[in-house]
Amino acid sequence: MNRYTKRTFALEMVMIAVGIVFAFPVYVLVNLAIRQPSDTASPIRPTLDPTFGNFTGAWREAGLGGALINSVLVTAVSVVIVLAVSALAAYPLARSTARWSRGTFLLIMLGLVLPFQLASLPLYQTVRDLGLLGSIWSLVLFYAGLQVPFTTFLYVGFLRALPRDFEDAASIDGASPFKTFRYVVLPMLKPITVTALVLNAVAVWNDFFTPLLYLSGSDQQTVPVAVAGFVGQFVSDWNLIFAALLISIVPVLAVYLALQRSIINGFAGGLKG
Amino acid sequence: MTADLKVRPPGRAVPASSPRRRSRGAPPWWFVLPALLLFAFVVLVPSIRGIYYAFTDWDGLDPDFAVIGLRNFTDMLDDGDALQAVWHTLLIAVAITVIQNSIGLLLALGVNSMIKTRNLLRVLLFAPAVITPIVTAYLWRNLLGPDGAVNAVLGPWGKDWLGDPDLALWMVVLVVVWQFAGYSMVIFLAGLQSIPREIYEAAAIDGTGSIRRFWSIVRPLLAPAITINLMLSIIGGIKLFDQVYALTGGGPGHATDTISTLIYKDAFTLGEFGYSIALAVVLTVIVSIVSAGQFAVLNRNEKAAS
Repeated sequence: MNRYTKRTFALEMVMIAVGIVFAFPVYVLVNLAIRQPSDTASPIRPTLDPTFGNFTGAWREAGLGGALINSVLVTAVSVVIVLAVSALAAYPLARSTARWSRGTFLLIMLGLVLPFQLASLPLYQTVRDLGLLGSIWSLVLFYAGLQVPFTTFLYVGFLRALPRDFEDAASIDGASPFKTFRYVVLPMLKPITVTALVLNAVAVWNDFFTPLLYLSGSDQQTVPVAVAGFVGQFVSDWNLIFAALLISIVPVLAVYLALQRSIINGFAGGLKG
Repeated sequence: MTADLKVRPPGRAVPASSPRRRSRGAPPWWFVLPALLLFAFVVLVPSIRGIYYAFTDWDGLDPDFAVIGLRNFTDMLDDGDALQAVWHTLLIAVAITVIQNSIGLLLALGVNSMIKTRNLLRVLLFAPAVITPIVTAYLWRNLLGPDGAVNAVLGPWGKDWLGDPDLALWMVVLVVVWQFAGYSMVIFLAGLQSIPREIYEAAAIDGTGSIRRFWSIVRPLLAPAITINLMLSIIGGIKLFDQVYALTGGGPGHATDTISTLIYKDAFTLGEFGYSIALAVVLTVIVSIVSAGQFAVLNRNEKAAS
């Protein structure tokens, strides 16, 4: 059954056809992004006289440079914070059987059920009172807290399946709890950290609702908000809009193609946690 | 374990203040503090305050507001837009769950074969899942427009996909399925690849047909992947906001409004924070019921499997 038969060939053809259907929107995206605005031919006809004018126009008008820097900052800082605090919290939560430990774990897991819409409006008021509206640091604070339940869930599940012999050995040798965590537990958590890093980074980078609320009316933007503002401004100038959309997804696709194995495994690995 | 050994590291005494620590070197409770404080500040406390505001007429600004009991909720029952939004939310969530997982499973079976393009297809089909949803939704808004690429392909069968109230909701489903079918595929694929090859081969040698083989052997072993996929897609579908906002803005009329888009509109264009948060409470209740149901099914399946 491991040979390449006629049926395998038929399946190959069907799957390639499916792949083409899935890729079709991206073909149109590129095709229109490089087209002269004066060219009114059908959107599916290949563009034969490509221009890069749309890209320079979109880059200038949409403020994508600043938005990209903000998105990178927000994603990097908040993901590092959430990974650090969640891994640290998961250590006692996975190891201690005391009542406070189980209670705290359940309390944090409540966050998996609560939709962020419930918290986001009262939090909006708090952020406003703190004078953080329009600042990207309000987003860092928000994601650092919002992603704690899911990340802690991943770490606790992973840690519970690991033996505690190494930690016990370290503490017998006189290592402090923090040293044991830093030099014994943390290295063992590396596989699940990759998963948590990928899932959190994608979630934070792509989030639209939160920056729409907290950054609206300010000159600070993240990429999704900059794109939405740009579409609102250039309603029907689709060549320009498509250039902006393409610019906004190139960094994500570049990272994806470079690290596709770890990223796909990261998404698939969530279920083993 | 170590507690029984009663061995002390040389030169270090256990602090006198805690002579009966259960296990030396056990992680201290304060390790949870940073995570707990962030979680409490961002999620827990605002959620509790949100539940309280749902019983008030707060407008988001005025510090003087009144507790009005259940009026926000009873108003909802008279609000055709709100009832419709709840219906749309459930319909979208169920449709996405069924279609996305069916396609995802077929793709996974196709890619988990001997075909030569399997790695390329896996990378290609998963790619939409990492792209920003708001961006894919704007892309599709053009593709599905009157002069868009979809109508260019369909020619005489073209339609005003997003302008027709009967079709627009299904276009939201289409866009989400296009983006996340590859995500379901990847999870199913991980499940399929964890099934030992010998099991297939043994069944094939015994002459079991491929449909029978799938139903009796693959499906039960795929149960964890199925559960995760259902949970992700149904909860994601219930909370759906970005795609609707960018694709239709809830229109035409209110034909594609979901609970999430209504929460946004009521709070930030109408200033009805109390009512908006009451809608968020309804959303929370729906998510909780679905999660509890799935948790019960998951538990039952795991008991049946062991």
